[in-house]
Amino acid sequence: MSNGTFEPRLVGFLCNWCSYTGADLAGTARMIYAPNVRIIRVMCSGRVDPQFVLKAFKEGADGVLISGCHPGDCHYKEGNYKALRRYKLLLKMLDQFGIEKERFRLEWVSAAEGVKFQHVCNEFTEQVRKLGPLYLSKNGGKHEQREA
Amino acid sequence: MVNLTIDGKKVQIEEGKTILQAAAKCEIKIPTLCYHPVVEAYGACRVCMVEVTVRGKTDLVTACNTKVQEGLDVQTGSERVLKARRLNVEMLMARAPAAEPVQELAKALGIEKTRFEIKDPQEKCILCGLCVRACETIVGASAISFIERGTERKVMPPFGEPSEACIGCTACAYFCPTGAITYEDKYGRKVIHTELHLGPTTAIRVPIRQAVPMVPLIDTEACIHFKTGECKVCTKVCDREAINHDMQDETLEVEVGTIILASGFKPFDAKRIPAYGYGHFPNVITALEFERLVNASGPTGGKIKLADGTEPKAVGIIHCVGSRDENYNEYCSRVCCMYSLKFAHLIKEKTSADVYDFYIDMRCFGKGYEEFYHRLLHEGTKFIRGRVSDITDMAMTQREEGKLIIRVEDTLLGTVRRIPVDMVILATGLEPSIDHNQLAKIFNISCSQDTFFLERHPKLAPVSTFSDGIYLAGACQAPRDIPDTVAQAGGAAAEALALADKGTFALEPVTAEIDEDLCAGCQLCVNLCPFTAITYDKEKGISVVNDALCKGCGTCVAACPSGASHQKHFRDSQIFAEIEGIFVV
Repeated sequence: MSNGTFEPRLVGFLCNWCSYTGADLAGTARMIYAPNVRIIRVMCSGRVDPQFVLKAFKEGADGVLISGCHPGDCHYKEGNYKALRRYKLLLKMLDQFGIEKERFRLEWVSAAEGVKFQHVCNEFTEQVRKLGPLYLSKNGGKHEQREA
Repeated sequence: MVNLTIDGKKVQIEEGKTILQAAAKCEIKIPTLCYHPVVEAYGACRVCMVEVTVRGKTDLVTACNTKVQEGLDVQTGSERVLKARRLNVEMLMARAPAAEPVQELAKALGIEKTRFEIKDPQEKCILCGLCVRACETIVGASAISFIERGTERKVMPPFGEPSEACIGCTACAYFCPTGAITYEDKYGRKVIHTELHLGPTTAIRVPIRQAVPMVPLIDTEACIHFKTGECKVCTKVCDREAINHDMQDETLEVEVGTIILASGFKPFDAKRIPAYGYGHFPNVITALEFERLVNASGPTGGKIKLADGTEPKAVGIIHCVGSRDENYNEYCSRVCCMYSLKFAHLIKEKTSADVYDFYIDMRCFGKGYEEFYHRLLHEGTKFIRGRVSDITDMAMTQREEGKLIIRVEDTLLGTVRRIPVDMVILATGLEPSIDHNQLAKIFNISCSQDTFFLERHPKLAPVSTFSDGIYLAGACQAPRDIPDTVAQAGGAAAEALALADKGTFALEPVTAEIDEDLCAGCQLCVNLCPFTAITYDKEKGISVVNDALCKGCGTCVAACPSGASHQKHFRDSQIFAEIEGIFVV
């Protein structure tokens, strides 16, 4: 919460082969983008268990990003399709928890798309910034502590 | 075997052969017009008349279709033969005065003028019917035939109209002894020199001079045999009986340990830039076409010629066609500057033409390249810095009349210039090969933003890919010239050999494992696994992971409803800890 603007805390689950490499490219190319997305590397976007997303929200994330290879480009053939299915189901569930669907995002970023990763980070940060911090109810959420 | 005498020479030849063949065997030349070794002889032109004596009886016969007989005595140049031949040639002269072979024959026989009436001084057809027989027996199309009778007789398709039976093979024109049949390409395909095609011209050919193995192939799309089932002329002339029309394309399955991808590039299609008029102006050619033109084994024997056959007085070379251009490809194709300089040098060497080189930046990066550029500066090539806007044939001054005018902003002079030239060479850039995307999918490798294959690491693993055991060499990874390609190919080969020699490679230890105590045997994971690495153990009632097949994607782990499946190094507990960790700060 430096200089008065809200800096959202975002978690990004990036697949090892496309999106993580793409993020790496954005870094080696010295692209400047919002530093709000904190990255957790998984081997495939298909590894992203819905629990991870819920856990991230519970731990204080204002938004969660899952990023994998473009459809048809998955290193493991079809892991990204599994991620897509889980994403759609999870969106419904998050809605029931009172978490806006704008806080959860799935993106396809290939190893060559450093620029796209830059755009996605900037856009998502701006989007969540507009929504403001995520307040979860008192049963275990750590958000109240953070705001206090 | 049959024994006979020709002009006093004794010849032995197999039964069934003709007098003409026997004469050829003892190197006695009998003139012919309507004879061709692959078409059955008919004896139409009657130029090959010879005098034969057998069992005391003498007669005049055509050598091309008279079979040899035991004891035959043949005279090819007796007074009787020459008299008959002269009369026949005189009649042919009256029929086809424009036919050059007939004129030559007449000259050889000492005939100056025909005594008979000439109907059409432009006529070339001698009505020998060789084309008709070739179309019927060789091509199997029977698209042309004789029509009308007597003095009106001529060779035509039915009713003198374009025939649907004609397959456009041009065999008739090929066989015609007097050049009476011509053909035209009604689709107007671009041919740099109308008389000399730059592309392949025959259906059976050696694909390139450096082909390995050095054997000809048959282009089944062009071969007449595959269109009509006839022809097979090549089998008739091949002594070794090496030609087999029944060969089929085969799909081979080869088990290998490592793979090197060297799928190369395709040149940028210059038609995509309409302002340069490629395909519209015959003297605007691509670099590859110029390469053929200047090649000693090319269609002009290495002579630099314009479409009309004359030598150019001024040549423009345009760099960066399709490269370093936001509208097409942003990347630099690397090789064009240097090959353009080579072209400039060759043009200077072979012609007295002025050479204009239009460049954006001169990229002479390799060993000895900068020195070569300096040599060209001294040779008098005119270098103009600026991107060419367009090429036009609309002359504004007398000097530009009949020329191609290159419009360019000279960024060093700060002015727009119009340069009239005769020939323009487009230095087309490099693009990934046509089936590049398909290959990327098959081998599960990524492409970088410029659509070339992506290497594992630009500095530390430049020939490896993200798929183990698959290596890259050459222009499929990025545009590169020959020395660089050779160097990279050597690197890729060494990497591939190192892996093949070791015989094994280490899998990433991130495979999945299933906790026997927790697995409920629901088999959800079995269907999810894209590599069929999970099988169901009926005895134990649980699912089991095959470590050798598991690639470690973790899809099954995320799906396991009982939490029995784990991914090594990516355990749920580890990722949860990571999530907690990133919120500590």
